[in-house]
Amino acid sequence: MWSGFPLFPETASTVAGRIDNLYFFLVSVTAFFTLLIFLLVFIFALKYRRKSETERPRPITGSFFLEFIWIGVPLVITLIMFTWGAVLYFDLARPPKGALDIYVVGKQWMWKVQHPTGQREINELHIPINRPVRLTMATEDVIHSFYIPAFRIKKDVEPGKYSTLWFEATQTGEFHLFCAEYCGTRHSLMGGKVVALEPKQYQAWLSGGAADETLEEAGARLFQQLGCVTCHRADSGARGPALEGKFGKPVLLSSGETVIFDEAYTRESILNPRSKIVAGYPTVMPTFQGQISEEGLLQLIAFIKSLTPRQEGNQ
Amino acid sequence: MMSSPTMHREEIALESPWTPKQHYLNMSYGVRSWLLTKDHKRIALLYLLSITLFFFVGGFFAVLIRLELMTPQGDMVQSETYNKLFTLHGVMMIFFFLIPSIPAVLGNFLVPMMIGARDLAFPRLNLASWYIFVIGALFALGSAIFGGLDTGWTFYTPYSSIYSNTNVVSAALGVFITGFSSILTGLNFIVTIHKMRAPGLTWFRLPLFIWAHYATSLIMVLGTPVIAITMVLVILERFFGVGIFDPAVGGDPLLFQHLFWFYSHPAVYIMILPGMGVISEIVACFARKRIFGYRFVAMASLAIAVIGFLVWGHHMFLTSQSVYASMIFSLLSFLVAIPSAIKVFNWTATLYKGSVSYQTPMLYAFGFIGLFTIGGLTGLFLATLAVDIHVHDTYFIVAHFHYIMVGGMVMAYLGGIHFWWPKMFGRLYPEGWARFAALVIFVGFNLTFFPQFVLGYLGMPRRYHVYPEEFQVLNVMSSAGASILGVGYLIPMVYLIWSLKYGHVAGPNPWRAAGLEWETPSPPITHNFESTPVVQRGAYPYSPEEVQVV
Repeated sequence: MWSGFPLFPETASTVAGRIDNLYFFLVSVTAFFTLLIFLLVFIFALKYRRKSETERPRPITGSFFLEFIWIGVPLVITLIMFTWGAVLYFDLARPPKGALDIYVVGKQWMWKVQHPTGQREINELHIPINRPVRLTMATEDVIHSFYIPAFRIKKDVEPGKYSTLWFEATQTGEFHLFCAEYCGTRHSLMGGKVVALEPKQYQAWLSGGAADETLEEAGARLFQQLGCVTCHRADSGARGPALEGKFGKPVLLSSGETVIFDEAYTRESILNPRSKIVAGYPTVMPTFQGQISEEGLLQLIAFIKSLTPRQEGNQ
Repeated sequence: MMSSPTMHREEIALESPWTPKQHYLNMSYGVRSWLLTKDHKRIALLYLLSITLFFFVGGFFAVLIRLELMTPQGDMVQSETYNKLFTLHGVMMIFFFLIPSIPAVLGNFLVPMMIGARDLAFPRLNLASWYIFVIGALFALGSAIFGGLDTGWTFYTPYSSIYSNTNVVSAALGVFITGFSSILTGLNFIVTIHKMRAPGLTWFRLPLFIWAHYATSLIMVLGTPVIAITMVLVILERFFGVGIFDPAVGGDPLLFQHLFWFYSHPAVYIMILPGMGVISEIVACFARKRIFGYRFVAMASLAIAVIGFLVWGHHMFLTSQSVYASMIFSLLSFLVAIPSAIKVFNWTATLYKGSVSYQTPMLYAFGFIGLFTIGGLTGLFLATLAVDIHVHDTYFIVAHFHYIMVGGMVMAYLGGIHFWWPKMFGRLYPEGWARFAALVIFVGFNLTFFPQFVLGYLGMPRRYHVYPEEFQVLNVMSSAGASILGVGYLIPMVYLIWSLKYGHVAGPNPWRAAGLEWETPSPPITHNFESTPVVQRGAYPYSPEEVQVV
């Protein structure tokens, strides 16, 4: 049981060191004030211990100056903590451009991963180091939370929404992957490992795992199978808007509002098509709720993302 | 007599200890006289019995949890059982021990006595509160026995509303019903403190215990209805699938978290503010000084109650809550730390040039100040957005809230019980044993929960039945500490019960404490005071100048 008795987690991502720095700052402040209070209580309790039962200490009602000090100093220190933490959090909330997209679906009690090239894995995540990776995550049932302690990152995955999480590994090796949000009976077994590889090894791993089709191909197949293609065409008689080259751009709705054509909008339009209709199109699309899995949705999104205006496969 | 209340107190202090012939305990006998009592002191004892029971039920679950976590494999109980254990530990401890602990026992007993009243404003309502509490508790216990409960005490949807196969409805009903007991107690305190203070007892002459209970009562009355609504929605969702929390029909599971924490974060202050009130009384008495910065400490209680309502979103930094909302919640969470800091500094300053003695209640107060400081400061880690990402839902947070709840509130509760035990029962407990127990609890507590901070930063998620092997050493340390802590809690059970019969007679004021409650005989008579006291001084008149003012 003494085999490996760490007191501090591995530091294996670009943000891990930055979070640790902030953590050390917090530890120092905490240790300082804890010791200060302990010491003062100890000294006062000892120095002013009761010497006789009849002694009556002189009254001291208080001091505005001291109150001002011990309101002001903690206020300034906590504002520093707040600002530092908020800036870092803001950075963590925005994935860098050009990140490798990997799709994750949580379900009781496993993490299912799909790589863009079609490889799938369960409770394992292979990634290249020194390259930002962006996870787009969904859940099939309850709330889960994707957690890699060595990277200091974690994100809840909520039903009905996509959450994104990004990181850039800096060290090769195997790291714990946990579910951090309690999700039922086998919650503590919902996890496995993240395998961070040199980019070359990652390529080798990708080619080693025999994938029938890439994520986009799988999405294209669904696009045909579900009949999306019959309406979402580029010609003038189409009953639905063409999707080529639209992803990531603003879309004008019939309500006059504008939304960004992103993952969440795509998902909503497939499952609940009548909520946000593109301006100029009839409300005819049926819901596909129950006909498509979370993984299928992510494949469709990968496919739609890949559509460029001169796409040839779908005339 | 009213011309010199101080002289009156001095005389009592110098007299040999005595017990009045008739007091609230022997006014009448029989089960009926207890179950139908309207005396706030007897109702306090009813609560004392019931919450002690729930404390040991919850503690028993904790023992099983710590035993299971001795090994990484999850070999003692099955995962299903383990999940029920930590859920029921949380539900029992929070809703049926911590929330009622100090307010319902010590508050019930002392609020009227400290303000010179004969009883609470609504004695029948007070008794009703206890019955409602017991009915709620029976539902929760029923859930534990029939089917168990495995949602965690947080009842997160959609797990609780759709997926869990356990007895969620009964437990949710238990929480719903018990909430009314909280609301009625809070209402009772607010009205009593407003309307029934003795002549001359102005707001800023009130003991800080009263201020703390006033702030707590505000939270109880304003916050508890929200948890009641939330529990009703979960029940409706389970029975009828109304879809409030179900995205498949347009609901949102996150709404549950907003509603739940809107109550449950302020509830954390329900669980600590009364403890702070107790500590103020103890520190003043055993340092023989007025609390330093009395008005700041009093206002800090109100500030905590008010700001405490605006920080719930810090439980949701990892959810789809907007980044900007999270920033505001983070900022407000730092602000709520300030009034707590004010209190700690003022208690410490109170010791300065005091006359400090180390009797048992004071040992608990020292323990409280130390452990609450650590608990409070580690809260800053969780308020810091970027650090919370890593430590959220790990053992770090488990350690943090146990430092506040157990290191803080339970310490304060035990300190308060030891401080007012002679008042409640007219007997002293054996001081040596009591100091020994306080020490055992302090050591056991730290050994149990300090390693969990390390575990949390290492990344061990909470609510894990099976865990990676490298976390075992720290878990074994924690379990070892828990066994010490368990013994520490059993010792007072033994000597306190023993003292009821064999303890030395305490007399009205064994600590020579200030405060109206000490001007009554021990145990007090049913109506507390022979005649309504008239107050001419501020709280804590321990010093010579203030005495001469009279």
